[in-house]
Amino acid sequence: MITCGIDLGTQSVKAVIFKDGEIISRGKASSGFEPAKAAEQAAGEALKEAKLSLSDVNHITATGSAMDMAPNSNSTVSMMGADAKAGVYLFPNARTIIDVGAEEARAVKCDDNGIMIDFVVNERCAAGAGAFIEAMARALEVKLEDMGPLSLEAERANSINASCVIFGESDVVSLIHRQESKPEIARAIFEAMADRVSSMVHRLGINPDVVLVGGVAKDVGFVTSLKRKLGVDVLIPEYPEYAGALGAALVAVNRVKKV
Amino acid sequence: MNETPKKEDVEYWRWQEYHRVFSEKKWKKKDILTAGIDVGSVGSKAAIMIDGEVYSWGVMRTGSNSPDSAKKVLDWAMEKTGLRLDDFKYIVGTGYGRVNVPMAKKAITEIACHAKGANYIWGPSVRTVLDVGGQDIKAIRCDETGRVTAFLMNDKCAAGTGRGMEVFADLLKIPIEKIGEVSLKVEEEPPPVSCTCVAFAKTEAMGLLRKGWSKEKVLAAYTHAMAIRMGNLIKRVGLKREFVITGGQSKNIGIVTRIEKQLGVQCLPMPDWRKNGLDAMIAGAIGAALFGKALYEKEQKS
Repeated sequence: MITCGIDLGTQSVKAVIFKDGEIISRGKASSGFEPAKAAEQAAGEALKEAKLSLSDVNHITATGSAMDMAPNSNSTVSMMGADAKAGVYLFPNARTIIDVGAEEARAVKCDDNGIMIDFVVNERCAAGAGAFIEAMARALEVKLEDMGPLSLEAERANSINASCVIFGESDVVSLIHRQESKPEIARAIFEAMADRVSSMVHRLGINPDVVLVGGVAKDVGFVTSLKRKLGVDVLIPEYPEYAGALGAALVAVNRVKKV
Repeated sequence: MNETPKKEDVEYWRWQEYHRVFSEKKWKKKDILTAGIDVGSVGSKAAIMIDGEVYSWGVMRTGSNSPDSAKKVLDWAMEKTGLRLDDFKYIVGTGYGRVNVPMAKKAITEIACHAKGANYIWGPSVRTVLDVGGQDIKAIRCDETGRVTAFLMNDKCAAGTGRGMEVFADLLKIPIEKIGEVSLKVEEEPPPVSCTCVAFAKTEAMGLLRKGWSKEKVLAAYTHAMAIRMGNLIKRVGLKREFVITGGQSKNIGIVTRIEKQLGVQCLPMPDWRKNGLDAMIAGAIGAALFGKALYEKEQKS
């Protein structure tokens, strides 16, 4: 059986092809203003890599903020539902899945079958999502991918306003004026962001194992700060940004079985 | 080679800095000369009073250094008055940077100062003050003497603050002093934007423009959402007439009109400094100078 999961995120669309219990390929495209087009592109890329065509796929499940715009999809699943499924598939002991994407952060509590029990979400506010780091990197004039490694060089952390990107930016500018070092400012940015995400997770309660997915999970600076704030180990899969798409592909398997 | 500024270089967020002296008034050494300096996150304001009556003031952008901004704005308020720093009997600092006003003898919170200043500008009938500053929004209730009885504040989010509006003015390339007017140029009020986060405003606004919305309509939808946020804060603190708006956003007619509509109450008319009136933006500085007078008198008694 072949299924496809497509995660239509605010910044990028990810697709995963799943065959007989295994991931066989992945595809990705930038969302832009036409998520439907991006979805076609991401799925097309994944299919090409798997040497398959659309007609070979038994079921396509879409997720992500623009899931309703997915072309050719047979069903949809909530982002939280997809996170839970993917988390437990990747790490069977996972019970708390944290997903930090470009514009939203979520924490999901689930059971051993990857069924969601409860969740909290930070939406419609850029603080606490990848957009926060992006905006701060701009203010600091550091490339986004350099932020994490840079922050690890810091010996101590300054503090900045984590409640709002706009105010955080002003704080970063005043730290620059005070001639604080870039590594220390970078670390302050990650600490602020991790603070917000961890307080969100605390509202849900921390059930180990804790898994971190979403694009921001690739940032070593954020991961280091989050571990420090949560006080527990955090497991990260190899392709954290594909977790949503993987979860959707897993849900698609169940939906085929039901039919 | 002389380069003329490119169109993209226009600073749409920039608002007018100015100073004003009521030159018909004269001061004498024995008068109780006090000054209030309100160092906000975006704007710095200084007001000078003779025996509790406004004499002059200055309004300018806050720089990266609070003590410097405090000094500059007081110097500006003192320009063409012949006053020197040691003529002041008492100086009070207020605002976000109030602890960093070196010449001030005392720092007082901007909440107390705005209520006091609103009482001075509009009179003893004022009971509710909405202060929309650069970095926070405060809904304040006060009594007939301008004493604070309750307040609520949002300082966690830039949506609706002056800083947020500056970002929006830049984004839509509309001068900040015009955005209120422009936001009212719609035939029908569009629904408020669902996402008020300033950081996401860019994506949201671009999306709406792509859908064929006019700049005016996008601005109206955003201003509408901001006004709802402010209106809700006032409802939570409890609206009681008379109602007034202070701070930089009091000049945004788009915000003022929409809040009035949402609350079903008119706010008292704005003074206009261009027409020999005061300025709602300096309410905090006026309040601080008034506190300065009271503190000086108390000192003399003891």
